[in-house]
Amino acid sequence: MNKPLGISRAIALLGVPLVLLITFTHYPLLQSVVSSFWSKGTKIRPSKFIGLDNYAKLFDDPVLAKVMWNSLIYAAVTIPVTVALSIAMALLVNSKLPGRALMRLSFFLPTMLPMIAVANLWLFVYVPGYGLIAQVMIWLGLPDINFLGSSETALWAMMVVAVWKEAGLFMIFYLAALQSIPQNLKEAAVLEGAGKARVFRDIVWPLLAPTTVFVAINAMLNAFRVIDHVVAMTNGGPNNASALLLFYIYQVAFGFRDFPYGATLTVLLAGILGLFAIVQFKLLDRRTHYQ
Amino acid sequence: MSWPVRPTQQIGTALDHVAGMTLAAVLAVLWGLPLLYSVWTAFHAEKYSVQFDLTAPWTLQNFVEAWNAAPFGLYFINTVLLSLMAVSANFVLCTLTAYGLVRYRFRWAGPLFALIMVQMLITPEILIGPNYLTLARLGLIDTIFGVALPYLSSAFGIFLLRQTFKTVPASLDEAATMEGAGMWRVLWDVYVPLAKPVYLAYGLVSVSFHWNNFLWPLIVTNSPEARPVTVGLSVFATVDSGVEWSLVNAATLMTTAPLVLAFLLFQRGFVDNFMRIGIK
Repeated sequence: MNKPLGISRAIALLGVPLVLLITFTHYPLLQSVVSSFWSKGTKIRPSKFIGLDNYAKLFDDPVLAKVMWNSLIYAAVTIPVTVALSIAMALLVNSKLPGRALMRLSFFLPTMLPMIAVANLWLFVYVPGYGLIAQVMIWLGLPDINFLGSSETALWAMMVVAVWKEAGLFMIFYLAALQSIPQNLKEAAVLEGAGKARVFRDIVWPLLAPTTVFVAINAMLNAFRVIDHVVAMTNGGPNNASALLLFYIYQVAFGFRDFPYGATLTVLLAGILGLFAIVQFKLLDRRTHYQ
Repeated sequence: MSWPVRPTQQIGTALDHVAGMTLAAVLAVLWGLPLLYSVWTAFHAEKYSVQFDLTAPWTLQNFVEAWNAAPFGLYFINTVLLSLMAVSANFVLCTLTAYGLVRYRFRWAGPLFALIMVQMLITPEILIGPNYLTLARLGLIDTIFGVALPYLSSAFGIFLLRQTFKTVPASLDEAATMEGAGMWRVLWDVYVPLAKPVYLAYGLVSVSFHWNNFLWPLIVTNSPEARPVTVGLSVFATVDSGVEWSLVNAATLMTTAPLVLAFLLFQRGFVDNFMRIGIK
Protein backbone atom coordinates (compact mmCIF):
# COMPACT_ATOMS: atom_id res chain seq x y z
CA MET A 1 0.00 0.00 0.00
CA ASN A 2 0.90 3.63 -0.39
CA LYS A 3 3.05 3.19 -3.43
CA PRO A 4 4.11 6.31 -5.27
CA LEU A 5 1.67 7.31 -7.98
CA GLY A 6 3.34 7.66 -11.35
CA ILE A 7 2.00 10.02 -13.98
CA SER A 8 0.52 7.31 -16.20
CA ARG A 9 -1.28 5.68 -13.28
CA ALA A 10 -2.51 9.07 -12.09
CA ILE A 11 -4.04 9.72 -15.50
CA ALA A 12 -5.57 6.25 -15.72
CA LEU A 13 -7.17 6.42 -12.28
CA LEU A 14 -7.94 10.08 -11.73
CA GLY A 15 -8.03 11.61 -15.22
CA VAL A 16 -11.63 11.22 -16.35
CA PRO A 17 -13.34 11.64 -12.96
CA LEU A 18 -11.41 14.82 -12.21
CA VAL A 19 -12.01 16.35 -15.63
CA LEU A 20 -15.76 15.76 -15.17
CA LEU A 21 -15.79 17.13 -11.62
CA ILE A 22 -13.85 20.22 -12.60
CA THR A 23 -15.98 20.84 -15.70
CA PHE A 24 -19.28 20.70 -13.83
CA THR A 25 -18.39 21.92 -10.33
CA HIS A 26 -15.25 24.05 -10.08
CA TYR A 27 -15.30 25.62 -13.52
CA PRO A 28 -18.97 26.74 -13.30
CA LEU A 29 -18.29 28.08 -9.80
CA LEU A 30 -15.40 30.19 -11.11
CA GLN A 31 -17.38 31.08 -14.20
CA SER A 32 -20.20 32.36 -11.98
CA VAL A 33 -17.77 34.58 -10.09
CA VAL A 34 -16.33 35.93 -13.34
CA SER A 35 -19.64 36.57 -15.09
CA SER A 36 -21.06 38.26 -11.99
CA PHE A 37 -18.79 41.19 -12.92
CA TRP A 38 -20.37 41.56 -16.37
CA SER A 39 -23.64 43.04 -17.60
CA LYS A 40 -26.39 41.19 -19.42
CA GLY A 41 -25.63 41.32 -23.15
CA THR A 42 -28.30 42.00 -25.77
CA LYS A 43 -28.14 41.87 -29.55
CA ILE A 44 -27.41 45.61 -29.81
CA ARG A 45 -25.41 46.10 -26.62
CA PRO A 46 -22.82 43.44 -25.95
CA SER A 47 -22.09 42.36 -22.38
CA LYS A 48 -19.53 44.65 -20.72
CA PHE A 49 -17.48 44.73 -17.51
CA ILE A 50 -19.43 46.51 -14.76
CA GLY A 51 -17.40 45.66 -11.66
CA LEU A 52 -19.53 45.20 -8.57
CA ASP A 53 -22.75 46.62 -10.02
CA ASN A 54 -24.49 43.24 -9.93
CA TYR A 55 -23.61 42.91 -6.25
CA ALA A 56 -24.92 46.41 -5.56
CA LYS A 57 -28.13 45.34 -7.28
CA LEU A 58 -28.51 42.51 -4.74
CA PHE A 59 -29.13 45.10 -2.05
CA ASP A 60 -31.96 46.91 -3.75
CA ASP A 61 -33.71 43.98 -5.36
CA PRO A 62 -37.06 43.72 -3.54
CA VAL A 63 -37.74 40.26 -5.00
CA LEU A 64 -34.41 38.99 -3.63
CA ALA A 65 -35.24 40.39 -0.19
CA LYS A 66 -38.56 38.53 -0.29
CA VAL A 67 -36.92 35.32 -1.54
CA MET A 68 -34.17 35.42 1.09
CA TRP A 69 -36.74 35.90 3.82
CA ASN A 70 -38.78 32.97 2.43
CA SER A 71 -35.71 30.72 2.30
CA LEU A 72 -34.79 31.66 5.85
CA ILE A 73 -38.27 30.82 7.19
CA TYR A 74 -38.35 27.67 5.10
CA ALA A 75 -35.02 26.40 6.47
CA ALA A 76 -35.72 27.55 10.05
CA VAL A 77 -39.03 25.69 10.12
CA THR A 78 -38.45 22.58 8.01
CA ILE A 79 -35.11 21.55 9.55
CA PRO A 80 -36.19 21.33 13.23
CA VAL A 81 -39.65 19.97 12.37
CA THR A 82 -38.14 17.26 10.17
CA VAL A 83 -35.63 16.33 12.88
CA ALA A 84 -38.34 16.15 15.57
CA LEU A 85 -40.76 14.15 13.44
CA SER A 86 -38.13 11.72 12.19
CA ILE A 87 -37.05 11.01 15.78
CA ALA A 88 -40.71 10.47 16.78
CA MET A 89 -41.16 8.12 13.83
CA ALA A 90 -38.00 6.19 14.65
CA LEU A 91 -39.09 5.80 18.31
CA LEU A 92 -42.51 4.55 17.21
CA VAL A 93 -41.16 2.11 14.64
CA ASN A 94 -38.54 0.93 17.15
CA SER A 95 -41.13 0.41 19.92
CA LYS A 96 -43.25 -2.64 20.59
CA LEU A 97 -46.47 -1.05 19.32
CA PRO A 98 -48.67 -3.09 17.00
CA GLY A 99 -48.62 -2.16 13.32
CA ARG A 100 -44.95 -1.19 13.28
CA ALA A 101 -44.31 -2.65 9.84
CA LEU A 102 -47.24 -0.70 8.39
CA MET A 103 -46.03 2.50 10.06
CA ARG A 104 -42.54 2.08 8.68
CA LEU A 105 -43.95 1.55 5.22
CA SER A 106 -46.25 4.56 5.47
CA PHE A 107 -43.44 6.84 6.73
CA PHE A 108 -40.85 5.62 4.27
CA LEU A 109 -42.90 5.43 1.06
CA PRO A 110 -42.95 9.21 0.42
CA THR A 111 -39.15 9.28 0.31
CA MET A 112 -39.22 6.76 -2.55
CA LEU A 113 -41.45 8.94 -4.70
CA PRO A 114 -40.00 11.62 -6.95
CA MET A 115 -40.61 15.13 -5.57
CA ILE A 116 -42.57 15.89 -8.72
CA ALA A 117 -45.00 13.02 -8.01
CA VAL A 118 -45.27 14.15 -4.39
CA ALA A 119 -46.10 17.63 -5.69
CA ASN A 120 -48.91 16.17 -7.81
CA LEU A 121 -50.32 14.24 -4.85
CA TRP A 122 -50.33 17.36 -2.70
CA LEU A 123 -51.76 19.58 -5.43
CA PHE A 124 -54.72 17.27 -5.18
CA VAL A 125 -54.75 17.50 -1.38
CA TYR A 126 -54.79 21.31 -1.56
CA VAL A 127 -57.26 21.91 -4.44
CA PRO A 128 -59.96 24.24 -3.13
CA GLY A 129 -63.50 22.90 -3.07
CA TYR A 130 -62.53 19.40 -3.99
CA GLY A 131 -59.22 18.29 -2.50
CA LEU A 132 -58.70 16.24 0.64
CA ILE A 133 -58.32 19.23 2.97
CA ALA A 134 -61.27 21.07 1.41
CA GLN A 135 -63.49 18.05 1.98
CA VAL A 136 -62.47 17.79 5.62
CA MET A 137 -63.05 21.54 6.06
CA ILE A 138 -66.48 21.33 4.43
CA TRP A 139 -67.37 18.32 6.55
CA LEU A 140 -66.35 20.25 9.68
CA GLY A 141 -68.30 23.27 8.46
CA LEU A 142 -65.18 25.43 8.16
CA PRO A 143 -64.46 27.88 5.33
CA ASP A 144 -62.56 26.57 2.33
CA ILE A 145 -59.04 27.98 1.94
CA ASN A 146 -57.00 28.18 -1.24
CA PHE A 147 -53.71 27.21 0.37
CA LEU A 148 -51.57 27.50 -2.76
CA GLY A 149 -53.32 30.59 -4.08
CA SER A 150 -53.00 32.94 -1.12
CA SER A 151 -49.73 34.57 -0.15
CA GLU A 152 -50.19 33.91 3.58
CA THR A 153 -50.29 30.13 3.20
CA ALA A 154 -48.40 29.20 0.00
CA LEU A 155 -44.94 28.97 1.61
CA TRP A 156 -46.31 26.94 4.54
CA ALA A 157 -47.99 24.58 2.09
CA MET A 158 -44.56 24.02 0.47
CA MET A 159 -42.98 23.30 3.85
CA VAL A 160 -45.61 20.68 4.68
CA VAL A 161 -44.85 18.91 1.40
CA ALA A 162 -41.09 18.97 2.03
CA VAL A 163 -41.42 17.62 5.59
CA TRP A 164 -43.86 14.93 4.44
CA LYS A 165 -41.42 13.72 1.82
CA GLU A 166 -38.22 13.88 3.89
CA ALA A 167 -39.00 12.82 7.44
CA GLY A 168 -39.20 9.13 6.51
CA LEU A 169 -35.69 9.06 5.06
CA PHE A 170 -34.17 10.62 8.17
CA MET A 171 -36.22 8.22 10.29
CA ILE A 172 -34.10 5.40 8.83
CA PHE A 173 -30.88 7.01 10.08
CA TYR A 174 -32.35 7.53 13.55
CA LEU A 175 -33.61 3.96 13.55
CA ALA A 176 -30.07 2.73 12.90
CA ALA A 177 -28.75 4.96 15.69
CA LEU A 178 -31.44 3.87 18.16
CA GLN A 179 -30.69 0.23 17.55
CA SER A 180 -27.03 0.80 18.36
CA ILE A 181 -27.76 2.28 21.81
CA PRO A 182 -26.82 -0.35 24.42
CA GLN A 183 -29.92 -1.64 26.15
CA ASN A 184 -28.15 -1.90 29.53
CA LEU A 185 -27.64 1.88 29.67
CA LYS A 186 -31.39 2.41 29.56
CA GLU A 187 -32.01 -0.44 32.00
CA ALA A 188 -29.54 1.03 34.48
CA ALA A 189 -31.26 4.42 34.29
CA VAL A 190 -34.68 2.87 34.82
CA LEU A 191 -33.42 0.92 37.84
CA GLU A 192 -32.22 4.18 39.31
CA GLY A 193 -35.75 5.52 38.94
CA ALA A 194 -35.53 7.55 35.76
CA GLY A 195 -38.80 8.00 33.84
CA LYS A 196 -39.12 7.68 30.09
CA ALA A 197 -38.73 11.40 29.46
CA ARG A 198 -35.60 11.41 31.62
CA VAL A 199 -34.13 8.40 29.81
CA PHE A 200 -34.74 10.12 26.50
CA ARG A 201 -33.27 13.45 27.59
CA ASP A 202 -30.19 12.16 29.37
CA ILE A 203 -29.32 9.00 27.45
CA VAL A 204 -31.03 8.65 24.08
CA TRP A 205 -30.85 12.26 22.86
CA PRO A 206 -27.11 12.75 23.62
CA LEU A 207 -26.28 9.44 21.95
CA LEU A 208 -28.28 10.48 18.88
CA ALA A 209 -26.25 13.71 18.58
CA PRO A 210 -23.98 12.60 15.69
CA THR A 211 -27.05 11.45 13.73
CA THR A 212 -28.78 14.74 14.45
CA VAL A 213 -25.80 16.67 13.09
CA PHE A 214 -25.78 14.48 9.97
CA VAL A 215 -29.55 14.85 9.48
CA ALA A 216 -29.47 18.60 10.10
CA ILE A 217 -26.72 19.10 7.49
CA ASN A 218 -28.67 17.10 4.91
CA ALA A 219 -31.96 18.81 5.73
CA MET A 220 -30.19 22.15 5.35
CA LEU A 221 -28.75 21.21 1.95
CA ASN A 222 -32.17 20.01 0.81
CA ALA A 223 -33.86 23.18 2.03
CA PHE A 224 -31.65 25.14 -0.35
CA ARG A 225 -31.46 22.86 -3.35
CA VAL A 226 -34.83 21.10 -3.72
CA ILE A 227 -37.34 23.32 -5.50
CA ASP A 228 -39.17 20.77 -7.67
CA HIS A 229 -42.35 21.22 -5.63
CA VAL A 230 -42.18 25.00 -5.99
CA VAL A 231 -41.84 24.69 -9.77
CA ALA A 232 -44.70 22.21 -10.02
CA MET A 233 -47.14 23.59 -7.44
CA THR A 234 -46.99 27.39 -7.31
CA ASN A 235 -44.26 28.52 -9.68
CA GLY A 236 -43.10 30.76 -6.85
CA GLY A 237 -46.41 32.55 -6.58
CA PRO A 238 -48.61 34.20 -5.71
CA ASN A 239 -46.47 37.33 -5.87
CA ASN A 240 -43.25 35.44 -4.99
CA ALA A 241 -44.83 34.30 -1.73
CA SER A 242 -43.45 30.77 -2.16
CA ALA A 243 -40.28 31.51 -4.16
CA LEU A 244 -37.03 30.18 -2.66
CA LEU A 245 -33.50 31.34 -3.50
CA LEU A 246 -32.71 28.55 -5.97
CA PHE A 247 -36.11 29.04 -7.59
CA TYR A 248 -35.28 32.72 -8.10
CA ILE A 249 -31.93 31.76 -9.68
CA TYR A 250 -33.80 29.41 -12.02
CA GLN A 251 -36.27 32.17 -12.87
CA VAL A 252 -33.61 34.83 -13.47
CA ALA A 253 -31.40 32.57 -15.59
CA PHE A 254 -34.02 30.68 -17.59
CA GLY A 255 -37.10 32.91 -17.38
CA PHE A 256 -35.53 36.36 -17.74
CA ARG A 257 -32.41 35.04 -19.52
CA ASP A 258 -30.23 37.25 -17.32
CA PHE A 259 -27.27 34.90 -16.88
CA PRO A 260 -24.88 37.44 -15.27
CA TYR A 261 -27.36 38.33 -12.51
CA GLY A 262 -28.21 34.64 -12.17
CA ALA A 263 -24.47 34.00 -11.73
CA THR A 264 -24.32 36.67 -9.01
CA LEU A 265 -27.17 34.97 -7.18
CA THR A 266 -25.41 31.60 -7.62
CA VAL A 267 -22.30 33.06 -5.95
CA LEU A 268 -24.55 34.26 -3.11
CA LEU A 269 -26.11 30.80 -2.67
CA ALA A 270 -22.72 29.04 -2.82
CA GLY A 271 -21.46 31.53 -0.21
CA ILE A 272 -24.40 30.82 2.11
CA LEU A 273 -23.87 27.05 1.80
CA GLY A 274 -20.13 27.44 2.40
CA LEU A 275 -20.79 29.51 5.50
CA PHE A 276 -23.24 26.95 6.88
CA ALA A 277 -20.75 24.16 6.17
CA ILE A 278 -18.01 25.94 8.13
CA VAL A 279 -20.32 26.58 11.10
CA GLN A 280 -21.49 22.97 11.13
CA PHE A 281 -17.98 21.55 10.89
CA LYS A 282 -17.06 23.67 13.91
CA LEU A 283 -20.07 22.26 15.78
CA LEU A 284 -19.10 18.74 14.73
CA ASP A 285 -15.58 19.36 16.02
CA ARG A 286 -16.87 20.44 19.41
CA ARG A 287 -19.02 17.31 19.62
CA THR A 288 -16.04 15.06 19.06
CA HIS A 289 -13.98 16.85 21.72
CA TYR A 290 -16.93 16.52 24.04
CA GLN A 291 -16.98 12.73 23.84
CA MET B 1 -40.54 -3.02 27.27
CA SER B 2 -37.98 -5.62 28.13
CA TRP B 3 -36.59 -4.20 31.34
CA PRO B 4 -38.33 -4.90 34.69
CA VAL B 5 -41.15 -2.51 35.52
CA ARG B 6 -41.99 -1.65 39.10
CA PRO B 7 -45.73 -1.75 40.02
CA THR B 8 -45.90 2.02 40.68
CA GLN B 9 -44.72 2.67 37.17
CA GLN B 10 -47.36 0.54 35.52
CA ILE B 11 -50.01 3.28 35.34
CA GLY B 12 -47.48 5.64 33.83
CA THR B 13 -46.45 2.98 31.32
CA ALA B 14 -50.07 2.44 30.31
CA LEU B 15 -50.48 6.19 29.75
CA ASP B 16 -47.28 6.25 27.70
CA HIS B 17 -48.67 3.40 25.68
CA VAL B 18 -51.89 5.28 24.92
CA ALA B 19 -49.96 8.44 24.03
CA GLY B 20 -47.66 6.41 21.78
CA MET B 21 -50.58 4.73 20.05
CA THR B 22 -52.30 8.07 19.46
CA LEU B 23 -49.19 9.67 18.02
CA ALA B 24 -48.61 6.59 15.88
CA ALA B 25 -52.16 6.65 14.55
CA VAL B 26 -52.10 10.39 13.77
CA LEU B 27 -48.74 10.22 11.98
CA ALA B 28 -49.58 7.07 10.06
CA VAL B 29 -52.85 8.58 8.83
CA LEU B 30 -51.22 11.90 7.89
CA TRP B 31 -48.49 10.06 6.01
CA GLY B 32 -50.70 7.48 4.38
CA LEU B 33 -53.70 9.55 3.40
CA PRO B 34 -52.42 11.60 0.43
CA LEU B 35 -51.21 8.45 -1.27
CA LEU B 36 -54.39 6.48 -0.49
CA TYR B 37 -56.55 9.33 -1.78
CA SER B 38 -54.55 9.35 -4.99
CA VAL B 39 -54.96 5.57 -5.33
CA TRP B 40 -58.70 5.95 -4.82
CA THR B 41 -59.16 8.55 -7.55
CA ALA B 42 -56.80 6.80 -9.96
CA PHE B 43 -58.78 3.56 -9.77
CA HIS B 44 -62.26 5.10 -9.96
CA ALA B 45 -64.27 7.00 -12.53
CA GLU B 46 -64.02 10.79 -12.26
CA LYS B 47 -67.45 11.17 -10.64
CA TYR B 48 -66.36 9.10 -7.60
CA SER B 49 -63.25 11.16 -6.91
CA VAL B 50 -65.05 13.31 -4.35
CA GLN B 51 -67.50 10.79 -2.98
CA PHE B 52 -66.20 7.86 -1.05
CA ASP B 53 -68.75 5.24 -1.97
CA LEU B 54 -67.16 1.94 -1.00
CA THR B 55 -69.33 0.13 -3.52
CA ALA B 56 -68.03 2.27 -6.40
CA PRO B 57 -66.67 0.07 -9.17
CA TRP B 58 -62.89 -0.11 -9.58
CA THR B 59 -61.50 0.60 -13.03
CA LEU B 60 -58.20 0.69 -14.91
CA GLN B 61 -59.63 3.09 -17.48
CA ASN B 62 -57.69 6.10 -16.11
CA PHE B 63 -54.39 4.29 -16.54
CA VAL B 64 -55.24 3.28 -20.10
CA GLU B 65 -56.23 6.84 -20.98
CA ALA B 66 -53.18 8.42 -19.32
CA TRP B 67 -50.84 5.93 -21.00
CA ASN B 68 -52.33 6.76 -24.39
CA ALA B 69 -52.44 10.52 -23.82
CA ALA B 70 -48.65 10.96 -23.60
CA PRO B 71 -45.61 8.91 -24.70
CA PHE B 72 -45.00 7.41 -21.24
CA GLY B 73 -43.41 4.31 -22.74
CA LEU B 74 -40.72 6.47 -24.30
CA TYR B 75 -40.27 8.44 -21.06
CA PHE B 76 -39.73 5.17 -19.17
CA ILE B 77 -37.08 4.00 -21.63
CA ASN B 78 -35.33 7.37 -21.30
CA THR B 79 -35.35 7.19 -17.51
CA VAL B 80 -34.02 3.63 -17.51
CA LEU B 81 -31.23 4.60 -19.94
CA LEU B 82 -30.40 7.68 -17.88
CA SER B 83 -30.26 5.72 -14.61
CA LEU B 84 -28.17 2.91 -16.10
CA MET B 85 -25.76 5.36 -17.69
CA ALA B 86 -25.34 7.34 -14.48
CA VAL B 87 -25.00 4.35 -12.16
CA SER B 88 -22.49 2.46 -14.31
CA ALA B 89 -20.38 5.60 -14.79
CA ASN B 90 -20.62 6.33 -11.04
CA PHE B 91 -19.40 2.83 -10.23
CA VAL B 92 -16.42 2.92 -12.59
CA LEU B 93 -15.29 6.51 -12.06
CA CYS B 94 -15.76 6.63 -8.28
CA THR B 95 -13.97 3.28 -7.90
CA LEU B 96 -10.96 4.49 -9.87
CA THR B 97 -10.71 7.75 -7.91
CA ALA B 98 -11.16 6.12 -4.51
CA TYR B 99 -8.58 3.46 -5.40
CA GLY B 100 -6.08 6.10 -6.47
CA LEU B 101 -6.64 8.09 -3.28
CA VAL B 102 -6.38 5.12 -0.93
CA ARG B 103 -3.67 2.92 -2.44
CA TYR B 104 -1.16 5.48 -3.67
CA ARG B 105 0.65 8.37 -2.11
CA PHE B 106 1.27 11.60 -3.92
CA ARG B 107 1.97 15.17 -3.03
CA TRP B 108 -1.42 16.74 -3.60
CA ALA B 109 -3.62 13.95 -2.24
CA GLY B 110 -4.99 16.05 0.66
CA PRO B 111 -5.92 19.18 -1.30
CA LEU B 112 -7.23 16.99 -4.12
CA PHE B 113 -9.62 15.22 -1.77
CA ALA B 114 -10.78 18.57 -0.39
CA LEU B 115 -11.39 19.77 -3.94
CA ILE B 116 -13.49 16.69 -4.68
CA MET B 117 -15.52 17.18 -1.51
CA VAL B 118 -16.61 20.62 -2.75
CA GLN B 119 -19.19 18.80 -4.87
CA MET B 120 -20.85 17.35 -1.75
CA LEU B 121 -21.82 20.91 -0.83
CA ILE B 122 -22.11 22.70 -4.17
CA THR B 123 -24.15 20.05 -5.97
CA PRO B 124 -24.95 20.31 -9.69
CA GLU B 125 -28.47 21.63 -8.91
CA ILE B 126 -26.98 24.87 -7.65
CA LEU B 127 -24.96 25.39 -10.82
CA ILE B 128 -27.78 24.89 -13.34
CA GLY B 129 -27.11 28.24 -15.06
CA PRO B 130 -23.42 27.89 -15.99
CA ASN B 131 -23.76 24.13 -16.55
CA TYR B 132 -26.52 24.74 -19.06
CA LEU B 133 -24.18 27.07 -20.98
CA THR B 134 -21.39 24.45 -20.90
CA LEU B 135 -23.76 21.77 -22.14
CA ALA B 136 -24.94 24.05 -24.94
CA ARG B 137 -21.33 24.65 -26.02
CA LEU B 138 -20.79 20.87 -26.09
CA GLY B 139 -23.91 20.52 -28.25
CA LEU B 140 -25.53 18.15 -25.76
CA ILE B 141 -28.75 20.03 -24.99
CA ASP B 142 -31.81 17.80 -25.31
CA THR B 143 -29.89 14.52 -25.06
CA ILE B 144 -30.05 11.83 -22.39
CA PHE B 145 -26.25 11.84 -22.19
CA GLY B 146 -26.38 15.59 -21.53
CA VAL B 147 -28.78 15.05 -18.62
CA ALA B 148 -26.43 12.45 -17.10
CA LEU B 149 -23.10 14.19 -17.76
CA PRO B 150 -22.78 16.52 -14.70
CA TYR B 151 -23.63 13.60 -12.40
CA LEU B 152 -21.28 10.94 -13.82
CA SER B 153 -18.51 11.71 -11.34
CA SER B 154 -19.87 11.95 -7.81
CA ALA B 155 -18.14 13.19 -4.67
CA PHE B 156 -20.58 11.20 -2.56
CA GLY B 157 -19.63 7.95 -4.32
CA ILE B 158 -15.91 8.71 -4.10
CA PHE B 159 -16.23 9.46 -0.39
CA LEU B 160 -18.20 6.27 0.27
CA LEU B 161 -15.80 3.99 -1.61
CA ARG B 162 -12.74 5.70 -0.16
CA GLN B 163 -14.01 4.99 3.35
CA THR B 164 -14.63 1.36 2.37
CA PHE B 165 -11.31 0.82 0.58
CA LYS B 166 -9.49 2.18 3.62
CA THR B 167 -10.73 -0.82 5.61
CA VAL B 168 -9.16 -3.32 3.20
CA PRO B 169 -6.36 -5.07 5.16
CA ALA B 170 -2.88 -4.14 3.89
CA SER B 171 -1.83 -7.79 4.15
CA LEU B 172 -4.38 -8.84 1.51
CA ASP B 173 -3.10 -6.18 -0.88
CA GLU B 174 0.53 -7.16 -0.21
CA ALA B 175 -0.14 -10.87 -0.65
CA ALA B 176 -1.79 -10.27 -4.01
CA THR B 177 1.08 -8.03 -5.10
CA MET B 178 3.65 -10.67 -4.04
CA GLU B 179 1.88 -13.16 -6.24
CA GLY B 180 2.48 -10.81 -9.12
CA ALA B 181 -0.93 -9.17 -9.45
CA GLY B 182 -0.77 -5.76 -11.09
CA MET B 183 -2.73 -2.59 -10.29
CA TRP B 184 -5.91 -3.67 -12.09
CA ARG B 185 -5.84 -7.26 -10.81
CA VAL B 186 -5.50 -6.09 -7.21
CA LEU B 187 -8.39 -3.64 -7.66
CA TRP B 188 -10.64 -6.25 -9.23
CA ASP B 189 -9.73 -9.24 -7.03
CA VAL B 190 -9.11 -7.59 -3.65
CA TYR B 191 -10.79 -4.20 -3.35
CA VAL B 192 -13.99 -4.51 -5.40
CA PRO B 193 -15.23 -7.81 -3.87
CA LEU B 194 -14.81 -6.44 -0.33
CA ALA B 195 -16.93 -3.39 -1.19
CA LYS B 196 -19.88 -5.33 -2.62
CA PRO B 197 -22.49 -4.25 -0.03
CA VAL B 198 -21.45 -0.63 -0.49
CA TYR B 199 -21.88 -0.91 -4.25
CA LEU B 200 -25.36 -2.32 -3.71
CA ALA B 201 -26.36 0.44 -1.31
CA TYR B 202 -24.81 3.20 -3.42
CA GLY B 203 -26.41 1.75 -6.55
CA LEU B 204 -29.86 1.90 -4.96
CA VAL B 205 -29.37 5.46 -3.76
CA SER B 206 -28.01 6.49 -7.13
CA VAL B 207 -30.83 4.86 -9.15
CA SER B 208 -33.52 6.43 -7.00
CA PHE B 209 -31.78 9.81 -7.28
CA HIS B 210 -31.68 9.71 -11.08
CA TRP B 211 -35.14 8.21 -11.39
CA ASN B 212 -36.50 11.11 -9.32
CA ASN B 213 -34.35 14.00 -10.57
CA PHE B 214 -36.42 16.78 -12.09
CA LEU B 215 -35.07 20.34 -12.32
CA TRP B 216 -31.94 19.68 -14.38
CA PRO B 217 -33.64 17.38 -16.94
CA LEU B 218 -36.50 19.91 -17.14
CA ILE B 219 -34.03 22.60 -18.19
CA VAL B 220 -31.93 20.45 -20.50
CA THR B 221 -34.60 18.55 -22.41
CA ASN B 222 -37.28 19.92 -24.70
CA SER B 223 -38.40 16.97 -26.77
CA PRO B 224 -40.11 13.69 -25.80
CA GLU B 225 -37.12 11.76 -27.19
CA ALA B 226 -34.88 12.89 -24.32
CA ARG B 227 -37.39 13.52 -21.53
CA PRO B 228 -37.32 11.31 -18.40
CA VAL B 229 -40.62 10.32 -16.70
CA THR B 230 -40.45 13.06 -14.07
CA VAL B 231 -40.40 15.78 -16.71
CA GLY B 232 -42.94 13.89 -18.82
CA LEU B 233 -45.25 13.68 -15.83
CA SER B 234 -45.01 17.39 -15.11
CA VAL B 235 -45.62 18.27 -18.77
CA PHE B 236 -48.66 15.97 -18.73
CA ALA B 237 -50.00 17.38 -15.48
CA THR B 238 -49.58 21.05 -16.38
CA VAL B 239 -51.44 20.96 -19.65
CA ASP B 240 -53.97 21.98 -16.98
CA SER B 241 -57.22 23.14 -18.42
CA GLY B 242 -58.53 19.87 -19.76
CA VAL B 243 -56.71 17.16 -17.83
CA GLU B 244 -58.84 15.39 -15.25
CA TRP B 245 -57.52 14.78 -11.76
CA SER B 246 -58.14 11.09 -12.01
CA LEU B 247 -55.86 10.94 -15.07
CA VAL B 248 -53.14 12.98 -13.36
CA ASN B 249 -53.31 10.66 -10.37
CA ALA B 250 -53.17 7.59 -12.58
CA ALA B 251 -50.12 8.99 -14.38
CA THR B 252 -48.46 9.89 -11.07
CA LEU B 253 -48.90 6.39 -9.70
CA MET B 254 -47.86 4.81 -12.98
CA THR B 255 -44.57 6.69 -13.15
CA THR B 256 -43.65 5.95 -9.56
CA ALA B 257 -44.85 2.33 -9.54
CA PRO B 258 -41.58 0.67 -10.62
CA LEU B 259 -39.54 2.12 -7.75
CA VAL B 260 -42.30 1.57 -5.20
CA LEU B 261 -42.76 -2.05 -6.31
CA ALA B 262 -39.00 -2.58 -6.16
CA PHE B 263 -39.06 -1.15 -2.65
CA LEU B 264 -41.91 -3.39 -1.53
CA LEU B 265 -40.12 -6.44 -2.91
CA PHE B 266 -36.73 -5.66 -1.38
CA GLN B 267 -37.96 -3.71 1.63
CA ARG B 268 -35.68 -5.30 4.17
CA GLY B 269 -32.53 -5.04 2.13
CA PHE B 270 -33.39 -1.56 0.96
CA VAL B 271 -33.82 -0.12 4.44
CA ASP B 272 -30.74 -1.93 5.74
CA ASN B 273 -28.67 -0.57 2.90
CA PHE B 274 -29.89 2.98 3.42
CA MET B 275 -28.91 2.54 7.06
CA ARG B 276 -25.49 1.24 6.19
CA ILE B 277 -24.81 4.33 4.11
CA GLY B 278 -26.06 6.52 6.93
CA ILE B 279 -23.83 4.99 9.56
CA LYS B 280 -20.62 5.60 7.66
